[in-house]
Amino acid sequence: MSNFRKINIDGTEYEVPGEYTLMQACEEAAGAEIPRFCYHERLSVAGNCRMCLVEWVGAPKPQASCALTVNDLRPNRDGTPANIRTNSDTVKKAREGVMEFLLINHPLDCPICDQGGECDLQDQAMAYGRDTARFHENKRAVDDKNMGPLVNTIMNRCIQCTRCVRFITEVAGVEEIGLASRGEDAEITTYLEQSLSSELSGNVIDLCPVGALTSKPYAFNARPWELESVESVDLMDAVGSNIRIDSRAGAVLRIMPVINDSINEEWITDKARFNWDGLSRQRLDSPYIRENGKLRVAKWDEALSLAAEKLSGDPSKIAAIVGDLCDAESMKALKDLMSSLDVKNIDCRQDGMTIGSDQRESYLFNSTINGIEDSDAILIIGSNPRLEASLVNTRIRKSWLAGKTTIALVGEFCDLTYDFEHLGTKPSDVLKLSKGKSGFSKIFKEAKRPSVIIGAGALNRKDTNKILSYINILASKSNLITDQWNGYNVLHNAASRVAGLDMKFLPEDGGLCTKKIIEYSKSGDIETLFLLGADELEMSNLNSTFVIYQGSHGDSGAHIADIILPGASYAEKNGIYVNLEGRVQIGMPAVNPKGQAKEDWSIIRALSGHLGKVLPYDNIDSLRSKLFQDHPSFSGIGYIAKPANPKNFDVLPQKVNKASDDVPFVNPICDFYMTNPILRSSNVMAECSSLTDSLDMTEAAE
Amino acid sequence: MSARRLSIIQPSSFELSDSANKEINKWIKKYPKDRMRSALIPALWIIQKDAGGWLPELALRAIGDMLDMAYIRVYEVATFYTMFNLQPVGVNYVQMCGTTPCWLRGSDELKGLLSRKIGEQNTLSKDGKLSWLEVECLGSCSNAPMVQISNSAGDHYYEDLSPESLEGILDELVAGKQPPQGPRNGRFSSEPIGGAIALNKDLSNKINILDKLPDAEKDTKVNYYEWDPKVKRATRRGWVDPKRKANSDPKKRSGNLGRDLTAGLVDEDPDIARPKRSTNTKSKKAGN
Repeated sequence: MSNFRKINIDGTEYEVPGEYTLMQACEEAAGAEIPRFCYHERLSVAGNCRMCLVEWVGAPKPQASCALTVNDLRPNRDGTPANIRTNSDTVKKAREGVMEFLLINHPLDCPICDQGGECDLQDQAMAYGRDTARFHENKRAVDDKNMGPLVNTIMNRCIQCTRCVRFITEVAGVEEIGLASRGEDAEITTYLEQSLSSELSGNVIDLCPVGALTSKPYAFNARPWELESVESVDLMDAVGSNIRIDSRAGAVLRIMPVINDSINEEWITDKARFNWDGLSRQRLDSPYIRENGKLRVAKWDEALSLAAEKLSGDPSKIAAIVGDLCDAESMKALKDLMSSLDVKNIDCRQDGMTIGSDQRESYLFNSTINGIEDSDAILIIGSNPRLEASLVNTRIRKSWLAGKTTIALVGEFCDLTYDFEHLGTKPSDVLKLSKGKSGFSKIFKEAKRPSVIIGAGALNRKDTNKILSYINILASKSNLITDQWNGYNVLHNAASRVAGLDMKFLPEDGGLCTKKIIEYSKSGDIETLFLLGADELEMSNLNSTFVIYQGSHGDSGAHIADIILPGASYAEKNGIYVNLEGRVQIGMPAVNPKGQAKEDWSIIRALSGHLGKVLPYDNIDSLRSKLFQDHPSFSGIGYIAKPANPKNFDVLPQKVNKASDDVPFVNPICDFYMTNPILRSSNVMAECSSLTDSLDMTEAAE
Repeated sequence: MSARRLSIIQPSSFELSDSANKEINKWIKKYPKDRMRSALIPALWIIQKDAGGWLPELALRAIGDMLDMAYIRVYEVATFYTMFNLQPVGVNYVQMCGTTPCWLRGSDELKGLLSRKIGEQNTLSKDGKLSWLEVECLGSCSNAPMVQISNSAGDHYYEDLSPESLEGILDELVAGKQPPQGPRNGRFSSEPIGGAIALNKDLSNKINILDKLPDAEKDTKVNYYEWDPKVKRATRRGWVDPKRKANSDPKKRSGNLGRDLTAGLVDEDPDIARPKRSTNTKSKKAGN
């Protein structure tokens, strides 16, 4: 930080780092407002909109402040620091000129434009533009382009800032949008108007400073000032992206990202952004009871009494499984209820994952999402992070683009948007790596901060322990786990998983795990099964079991259920969620639960009353106090509870199962858009999914 | 010029010829492997020649595959540069310069003739043998107005045109002949009408340019040639570059398409070696 330079902005002298751009210096040091269109702090600098012009006193022309650094300025002739003006007449005139040119071809669409009210061009034209137009010729007309089912294009409005081109190329890593032709004919397009294939394509809607790229599902739905916004957490993957749920009159109308530099930066995945139409379809809006093979609407009391009756039998014949979208409170309530009933067959790992009973580091993304950018060698095992945790993948890509890391993959070959060495597809290839002396083995062993990313697909196998023991060998020969660094990363794909593991929602001594519960249900040894939003199971095995399904959507769990208890979706309830790195976050309700549905914890609380085992909390605050008391790691909202000493952590589980089964890894997610009940209810996601199917995926992967 | 977009009519298949493939690979090898997309513009040019003067969509994809780059990037470059045609062109593709010097010298009349004879810009004539496009400066302003006509024989400049002479050229091309390139108003190259008036043997014996210059400029003016009777060629301040010995047969000299462009400067009897052209002795004397 020795390179500090003096600079005079609007008559006051400041000292700023030399590598700062003038825009940064003006905004951060002097607090001046610089308008811009093409500049975006997470994208490369293009410098083509010219809106950020400032005056450098002595220079013949105004300067684009986004593209000029403080180091580029030479001092005045008398040796005093260079003078920058952000509010002089020259600057005002320059901005008015630029704005006038931008508006020459921009249609006066604002009354019918979805961007109206939150449009950069609209706002800046008000603040920095002239009052009237002097251009009387016809405006240019541009054909609208197809960009797929998510992005609506009205290309007349485009001002060619190229933010979308840069985002898709740099962050999303698929070169699909480009600027064709030049001059007056310049148009943003995809090649032959193909649909965008990126799982992050929705972000171009936020990036577009005008209304050229808008949300197709949200088109003409609402005006921004009509919406009520609530900040929440995305549950479509385990990353825990921060989102803003916008609703009007009880309906969720859109979902936008909230900036969180530790997690999602400024992006969210398409399934996080566009799942909202699934929130109003296939909803369970009242309790149901199955009679003579058919579900009928029931009263809450009736359903709960029947459920209580079924749950008061032999505890060894009762089991509970929680799904991927549950909040910590409902899991805590269910766990407390089950332990009061003396039921030991409980599991939060509906995909059959076998880890979680050891210390916390054994199932966390220990390097943290920010930290993965510092890793100089990354080994991905049995995972496709692009589909399982897209925003973690963008971090890896960011680090790879900066040349800071080398990546290798053991598992199914896939297009990860960056170069990697494909070392093999089987667990034994990990062992080979730990024995190797050249190539990636050497890089990994010499790396200061190597990391292993092991996918959920590698943790629900017979030989998971074997794989972990291979990683353990690798750890002993490298810097994978040191005092300063823990590079052992588990990549979960279920939003509720880490919270479940943190509260040890696991089979207690002698209890059955998910796989066994399903097996025993088939054979009749489990008579009553409580599913809390668990839909990704082999439901055909549960025909003879009495299933109580509590959840928000009529998916596979509700189809098999004998009692349905309608719960709230994530947009309708308070909830604590823990993301894959162990960060605790709170989601807020945007709308009310549908029909007679209730917040999940309160249903379980009511059920406990019917069972005569009343849970000791009457509101969510006392439930949370109990949660924090029993499991202190939940209490640091927004933070990751730090382990005492990372060096004490051993990758190998305490109970070693020596089963060896050297079959190739299979990635758990094959259809990115269909991973949970909300997404499966969404029409938009169905359209995206069918589009992906129609692409030749093998060709795309090559 | 309208927006440049891919043609609606596209061939069903596209096969790159071996020679074009070889040449593109030659360009690819000039760059490091991870930078091979630098060969994009030469590759597009070669492939355009190979595909008959324009770029079908399959050709863009072929280049994308060859250079390991996204198709949209190839498309961006192909639509950016006007030298790449995205619409089919005629067997003879006429590029007519419409920039200011040519316009002042009557390019509008040529334009009228072309649209009468061929039709709209960027559309094929009925027999498919001709198409035309108005382009910006082709760098032959001293011979304005001019057109460049590209066909299998190469790219040729036809200069100092009138609508009549251009029509004659087009008729010859449609008839399958290849008219010689060059000016059509009787002069040679961009010499004055009536022949060169400087650096001519007869003339240079009589004029010493140095005598014409003010004394102060004698030492500073270096860019002039004078006739050296000893070596019998024009030299730069009397200095002869030994490497630049002319081939004894002027027609075999490279780069002048069989014509001896340096005839007046190096040969013993320039009048024999030079092609026929009108001479105006009066103008020579006028310089005396």
